[in-house]
Amino acid sequence: MSEPIISGLPASSVQDGDGVAPAADSSAAPAVNADAEQVGEPAAVTSAAAHRGPLVMEADGLNKVFHLGRGASLQAVRNVSFGLYKGAVVALVGESGSGKSTAAKLLAGQERPTSGRILLDGKPIDVRTGRSFRRYKSQVQYVFQDPFSSLNPVHTVGYHLARPVKLHQPGVKHVNEAVTALLEQVRLTPAAQFEPKYPHELSGGQRQRVSFARALAAQPTVLLADEPVSMLDVSIRLEMLNLLDDLRTRLSLALLYITHDIASARYFADEVLVMYGGQIVERGPAEEVTQQPAHPYTQLLIASAPDPDNLGSTLKSGNVAVGTAGGVKAGNVGPAPVGCPFSSRCPLADDKCRRENPALQLLAPARAAACWRLDVAAPSLAGGAI
Amino acid sequence: MSPILDISDLSVVYRTTGGDVRAVEKVNLTLSPGEVVGLCGESGSGKSTLAYGATRLLRPPALVTSGNVRYSGRRLTHGGHPVDLLAMSHRELHEMRWREVAIVFQSAMNALNPVLRVQDQLLDAVTAHLRLPRHEAREKAASLLDLVGISRNRLRSYPHELSGGMRQRVMIAMALAADPEVVIMDEPTTALDVVVQRDILAQIVELKERLDFAILFITHDLSLLLELADRIAVMYAGRLLETGTAHDIMREPAHPYTRGLLNSFPSLRGARRELAGIPGSPPDLRDPGPGCPFIPRCKHAIDACSDVDMSLAPWGAPVIGDPASVTHLTACPIVTPQVSQEGVLS
Repeated sequence: MSEPIISGLPASSVQDGDGVAPAADSSAAPAVNADAEQVGEPAAVTSAAAHRGPLVMEADGLNKVFHLGRGASLQAVRNVSFGLYKGAVVALVGESGSGKSTAAKLLAGQERPTSGRILLDGKPIDVRTGRSFRRYKSQVQYVFQDPFSSLNPVHTVGYHLARPVKLHQPGVKHVNEAVTALLEQVRLTPAAQFEPKYPHELSGGQRQRVSFARALAAQPTVLLADEPVSMLDVSIRLEMLNLLDDLRTRLSLALLYITHDIASARYFADEVLVMYGGQIVERGPAEEVTQQPAHPYTQLLIASAPDPDNLGSTLKSGNVAVGTAGGVKAGNVGPAPVGCPFSSRCPLADDKCRRENPALQLLAPARAAACWRLDVAAPSLAGGAI
Repeated sequence: MSPILDISDLSVVYRTTGGDVRAVEKVNLTLSPGEVVGLCGESGSGKSTLAYGATRLLRPPALVTSGNVRYSGRRLTHGGHPVDLLAMSHRELHEMRWREVAIVFQSAMNALNPVLRVQDQLLDAVTAHLRLPRHEAREKAASLLDLVGISRNRLRSYPHELSGGMRQRVMIAMALAADPEVVIMDEPTTALDVVVQRDILAQIVELKERLDFAILFITHDLSLLLELADRIAVMYAGRLLETGTAHDIMREPAHPYTRGLLNSFPSLRGARRELAGIPGSPPDLRDPGPGCPFIPRCKHAIDACSDVDMSLAPWGAPVIGDPASVTHLTACPIVTPQVSQEGVLS
């Protein structure tokens, strides 16, 4: 899903929790989520991805506010900090509207942060002129979610790949050879067969491989992959994730993997960042976050994921208590405007949660969660809080 | 229990200038009253075509070339004789639709008309199929929203003012307007977040228990079906490759494609393991080749696979007693329980 929060709709209709958005006639909507300044010092977390290699890219206190018109604004990203490391995968997990794509667009230079810094190789990025933007782009590449719309239907595969090669590797004399090498890198072989094809002649998986190849044509150090497999069939997804995994190892890419599927994040990410309402609510090593989630939202996310082993599921006929599901949860709203963004849906929320927005608290050197009720939500972890 | 919907030998082709695309090929599938049958397959496998073909919702160039679809709902069946949906007149079809068999269409985002209020769209469905007076129809529309847990003051909302999950609930409410006995759900939760998806699935199952209808649930997400469905049918390239209970499919998958699918989604529980997926891509349905359509992607294919007729046969222990009681069927001729136990196919 593209993020509906930047679609320019009135603030009242963009809340994407399955719930009752404020009535549509509240046209003088105040800033959404704007009074939710975080309370407390943000934790200094050691990234679980850091052991893979040196820091390549860093997001430092990123904020992004969209002005929606009629005085309304929406804070899509709040105080987001994380690092991308050479040869490591960092997964950004959250529901649609959580701000994960906006965060990636800030890193890609497609949107300017309202405040905060983005550092590439330790230097603040500069994308103000065409030339510096191009230089930046050759290092930081973006793979889009939908390979059906991200490739131009009137151009061949060869053209899609030759253009970035010419643009980003001006020294290359034999463009055709470079294109062939790219196709082989993403295992579209024999390359000569794929070069003259048009996107409509390819399957979804093959198209996404072309998107990967196009991103690699710039010889980037950072790859931002925005839900790269969610449009593909289940049987193809694994191959794609394995290909991505292989590419980051072979090419030592720093990979940001954006997804709503936390199981796939567990499968191949080093560090998982869980976003809700524009801020990171939990982060840590992928295995620990998925096996021992601390934040109530992460816990909900994991409990909601389909579990094939759960053959006696409450979703099965006969296991359902009639009258329990009917609309009880339909009152869920999107991020709360004040306090913790999850407080409006959180079973543990108390007055403090509805008033003050917690900053990330350190649970272990590589783990942190932003929650006032960690003592209840994750007692075994909160004990070790520093 | 005798099935309420009995699809037998159904074939559908799409007539194109490049030849017939054989989207559904000799499919047999039954649905019992109150049962949830999951139909699982990747895009292009023919799962939607099967459902729409069986309910006469396809237009040319799609053409049903063989088969019949016997429906034995309580209201339509006179004297216990099932009716064939494929032989119905247009008037009979109109009577049947919505009141007997209703459909929740794919992507509620687009299925609702963006320029009409929710109320008007619900009223459309109600008045077209129930012939209620205006004020009763209004009350009915409001009660349908109650049914799916949406507040009545949403009646005057436009679809864009609702979240994705609410739109999907409206679609479900609309399908239930005339108290159908069979509801076909075509990827009803595909575009939604997992949290919302789970809420909606729980609600669907709860409504099913309360209102007593059978569900044909179409999805590409096998992991979801394992939790939700009583029985699962795995479709590939227009054919059914395997049917069985969720337990059969999860614990003793027979067909190599099913095994591949089960090895395709990372799990949140249990040990973290390497997964392989299924290399290759589905065949061109204009020229599927003889025998099993999965041959090009199958590690275990042998020459005999090109000769199989792809009819489903019981799998597992030899049948004792009533053959109709066997639920686990597969079209693969080379897998046997012995082979799979020896780990040859795992």
